[in-house]
Amino acid sequence: MAFEYELPNPRTDTVTPALGQADIMQRSASSVRAPARRLPQVAKLIDVSKCIGCKACEAACLEWNDKRAEIGINVGVYDNPPDLSPEMFTVMRFTEWVNPQTQNLEWLIRKDGCMHCEDPGCLKACPAPGAIVQYTNGIVDFDHEKCIGCGYCIAGCPFNIPRISKVDHRAYKCTLCSDRVAVGEGPACAKACPTHAIVFGTKEEMTQHAEGRIADLKSRGFANAGLYDPAGVGGTHVMYVLHHADKPEIYSDLPKAPAISSVVDLWKGPAKYAGLAAIAGLAVVSFLHRLVKGPNDVSTEDEERAEQLTREPQA
Amino acid sequence: MTAYDIDPDDEVRPGTPVTVSRYTGVTRINHWITAAALVLLAISGLALFHPSLFALTDLFGGGQNTRAIHPWIGVVLFFSFSGLFVRFWRANLWKGEDTAWLRHLPDVAANREDRLPEVGRYNAGQKVVFWSMSLLIIVLITSGIVIWDQYFGPYFSVEQKRIAVLVHATAAVVAICVWITHVYAAIWVRGTISAMTRGQVTGGWAWRHHRKWLRDLVTGQPRSDGKTGATPAR
Repeated sequence: MAFEYELPNPRTDTVTPALGQADIMQRSASSVRAPARRLPQVAKLIDVSKCIGCKACEAACLEWNDKRAEIGINVGVYDNPPDLSPEMFTVMRFTEWVNPQTQNLEWLIRKDGCMHCEDPGCLKACPAPGAIVQYTNGIVDFDHEKCIGCGYCIAGCPFNIPRISKVDHRAYKCTLCSDRVAVGEGPACAKACPTHAIVFGTKEEMTQHAEGRIADLKSRGFANAGLYDPAGVGGTHVMYVLHHADKPEIYSDLPKAPAISSVVDLWKGPAKYAGLAAIAGLAVVSFLHRLVKGPNDVSTEDEERAEQLTREPQA
Repeated sequence: MTAYDIDPDDEVRPGTPVTVSRYTGVTRINHWITAAALVLLAISGLALFHPSLFALTDLFGGGQNTRAIHPWIGVVLFFSFSGLFVRFWRANLWKGEDTAWLRHLPDVAANREDRLPEVGRYNAGQKVVFWSMSLLIIVLITSGIVIWDQYFGPYFSVEQKRIAVLVHATAAVVAICVWITHVYAAIWVRGTISAMTRGQVTGGWAWRHHRKWLRDLVTGQPRSDGKTGATPAR
């Protein structure tokens, strides 16, 4: 297969950014008017079977987002840096896996980062109005100006992606290069990937492209090859082609059936309304009690009895 | 028998009306620090609890400041309440008359004070407020530490944080309800607030609401420190 989905070089003429306020589909802790149009849904497809672990995507991500991660130390594994951070929006996670059927050592390299869920748990959990938005093309983006650094997005995320900066106390994660996508470019990581393990386009195109890749993998003995586009979060705008799609957990604990935790649903759903209702209800009941029953007053008789008591000679 | 609920500083002063000192200056300062902390926590917490209340963060200088200051106020509350706990726990031990008092809850609500059993320094309602607040504050500080991302983020798993944030919100709602009950009772039962403002109540108030406590003070029951009461019995 040729290198289809080659991303275009930047245009030199003036481009009007395509992602504006009118393209916001969901906004944290607030409601938005339903957008008049829905942009074509985009997706990044990461073909794990094609990844050579070169980390060009990590470098491109740092470069484009102008981040400089702290220089780490070798801890004896390929993962470097060892985890996502406020500076590293993507990391390659390496797994050496022995296939029990073939006894072959398989080197599974998964590029981890935000999955851009259609039903984003971070956005659901966020208490700051507008700090997390979802565009009609599916990109979930953080507006750092509005972020309060509470970390609720971490609790909301089924993939453990957002990280809070110790410097400015705001949450960071992959933006799917929304700033590049807005002007017709693809994400920096996809642009940099030398094997085209990372490709970018509309979700429809990417799903089709994945089908070709999966058929190819199946023909080469990976009977369980498949697309990772988990339905539990409404599908994602970052998808994986996995050679062992029946066992996503072998790829550095990629969740098998991710969904927004029921605890988060309870907290952000019934608890919110029941809580306010309980508080308001009790305040109203107290007020009504006072209106109906009146105050509980000390009577003159009570005072006299007390005086009597203190005058009585004590036995 | 030693009265379990007499504070060494409680004192009956005969006169017209009789006055009874109930809370020392130190106790009152401790109470009001706790009260201020609780109110600030409720406001800043509610701001992050429901989007419609997010504007309350402006009172604390915006969302970032609210997020930063809320846990520290919680630390103040924890230590301040601990002070109150040490002062009040003995007087809040559950007694037989408390169960009887609770059975008369409809009479309590209906202002039929004469039908209630005589109670000591605190009635069952106050004891419920005391023990539920004690428990809730422990739950709140514990769950609060789990979700205090700035300092404790790396020490807890995401699942632990999810549970903690739900527990924290639930406990906070219950605590606010307990607080409403506490404040309403103080307003409804006239003559109560002076106990925490000037440290004293009238003899009539004590006779009406805490007769056993008044009797014990007057008859000079041995106090919890072993000394005798204001008017020595012998």
